[in-house]
Amino acid sequence: MSMTRDIPAAKPRRMPQGLIAARNILAFLAKAPTSLFGLVVLALLIGLAVFAPLIATHDPYIQDLQNTLQPPSGAHFFGTDELGRDIFSRLVHGSRITLTIIFLVTIVVGPIGLIFGTVSGYFGGKVDTVLMRITDIFLSFPSLILSMAFVAALGPSLNNAIIAISLTAWPPIARLARAETLTFRKADYIAAARLQGASAARIIWRSIVPMCLPSVLIRLTLNMATVILTAAGLGFLGLGAQPPLPEWGAMIATGRRYMIDSWWLVTFPGLAILSVSLAFNLLGDGLRDALDPKQMNRR
Amino acid sequence: MKSVSIRDLSVSFGAVQVLHDVSFDVTPGECFGLVGESGSGKSTILRCASRLTDGWDGEVRIGDASVREMPVRERCRTLQMVFQDPYGSLHPRHSIRGALEEGLRVNGISDREERMAQAMRDVGLPVSFLDRYPHQLSGGQRQRVAIARALILEPDVLFLDEPTSALDVSVQAEVLNLLVRLQREKGFTYLMVSHDLAVVDHMCDRFAIMQHGRIVEVLDREAITRGGATQPYAKELIAASLEYETAI
Repeated sequence: MSMTRDIPAAKPRRMPQGLIAARNILAFLAKAPTSLFGLVVLALLIGLAVFAPLIATHDPYIQDLQNTLQPPSGAHFFGTDELGRDIFSRLVHGSRITLTIIFLVTIVVGPIGLIFGTVSGYFGGKVDTVLMRITDIFLSFPSLILSMAFVAALGPSLNNAIIAISLTAWPPIARLARAETLTFRKADYIAAARLQGASAARIIWRSIVPMCLPSVLIRLTLNMATVILTAAGLGFLGLGAQPPLPEWGAMIATGRRYMIDSWWLVTFPGLAILSVSLAFNLLGDGLRDALDPKQMNRR
Repeated sequence: MKSVSIRDLSVSFGAVQVLHDVSFDVTPGECFGLVGESGSGKSTILRCASRLTDGWDGEVRIGDASVREMPVRERCRTLQMVFQDPYGSLHPRHSIRGALEEGLRVNGISDREERMAQAMRDVGLPVSFLDRYPHQLSGGQRQRVAIARALILEPDVLFLDEPTSALDVSVQAEVLNLLVRLQREKGFTYLMVSHDLAVVDHMCDRFAIMQHGRIVEVLDREAITRGGATQPYAKELIAASLEYETAI
């Protein structure tokens, strides 16, 4: 066939497709200043969490009652709190808690939302109605109120806060995945997969999930900012991480009492929450551009 | 080689009845065309007979077995379909290998590499294309892949849903010639939807003219040029098509 010969043969692949795609997405994100900021802050956060014991100048739990409420200085970069604990070290160790919350919530929420949404969208009819009404029930509560109710029922702790946040964070993902599924459930490639004898589960897993994944990833990234804020809110209300854990929201809550005289108690945890949630928002925006279907040909 | 026989096929979507008691037979190894204006129910017949659409009345038999009673795997290995739009019928995130392998995996067929290579050769594509993605192929190449995907399960009957209407004229001829060659080599029974009488003239032994979900008339290929149509709508359609062709 002359038609096929005219096109040069594909270059031999050295890397798997997934790695190439990941590299290209990273390169794309690094080009825009805003998403680059997101990437850098995220990298810093992960670095801080991994090397927390090396970076922290003090033990985050050791109290020094002769050194309470010290302003920022060379010995204590961000000052000390009401029990004389070094705020910088507590922030560094707190990044581990924040990352744990984000990671656990994301790996719980992503699959649940994807399964609910794709199953509901693919089958339609009664399945759709039942699953979407369940989703509606969860959506109809303000997320902070619902997670507060759960934590109040289960007892305040970090794990319960994670469960509570997950319970409130999956419905938007499910809605998104369903909407995406509805746009291509009638596509010919789904019909072709059915004609090949693939079961519904196989079609959802092999054909529908890969199509929903980009928008769900974007949504999850944008969601992480909300997750951090909700976790900090729960911590602030005393329903999340319990003292003496250096959770950023809880740090603000305890520092609130000394806010007028000792601004550093609330300022630095607040800045940490602000920059990390901002970073995730910017990163999510960048991902939306990077995973845009129109960019598909570049990969 | 298997025959296709459709008896009293009716289907309604909501309040609208799309097909009214459609009946026709396709003999083994024949290419049978379905012609008609848009919305006349041509593609719906294929979708009902392949059970992509359910909730229809009537009977569709392939060989001796009714498609309703066939086990899914057997139906898949008896009947495959090539879709109209090669841009929509290949999953954008599956490589060609993934698209072809899927059917083999689902149906538990072994020596997949060999079969995939053979299918690619059958449709005239280099085997190295297996690692490409649909967006790296042209429309004609994609349609060849779609045909390969249908071939790889070694069906007896191929449903062709306007297999060339989304393609450029020069590529249309290549794909049609490929389909003719495959039928000669493998003895497929084709049931082909088209609204291009030139394509029907090139491919089909007999064809049915449809209007508003009913079969108006079943004609031989010769009826196009010799004017064998008896029904007024069939005459009109053929005349309009001939007129259009002489105009260009």
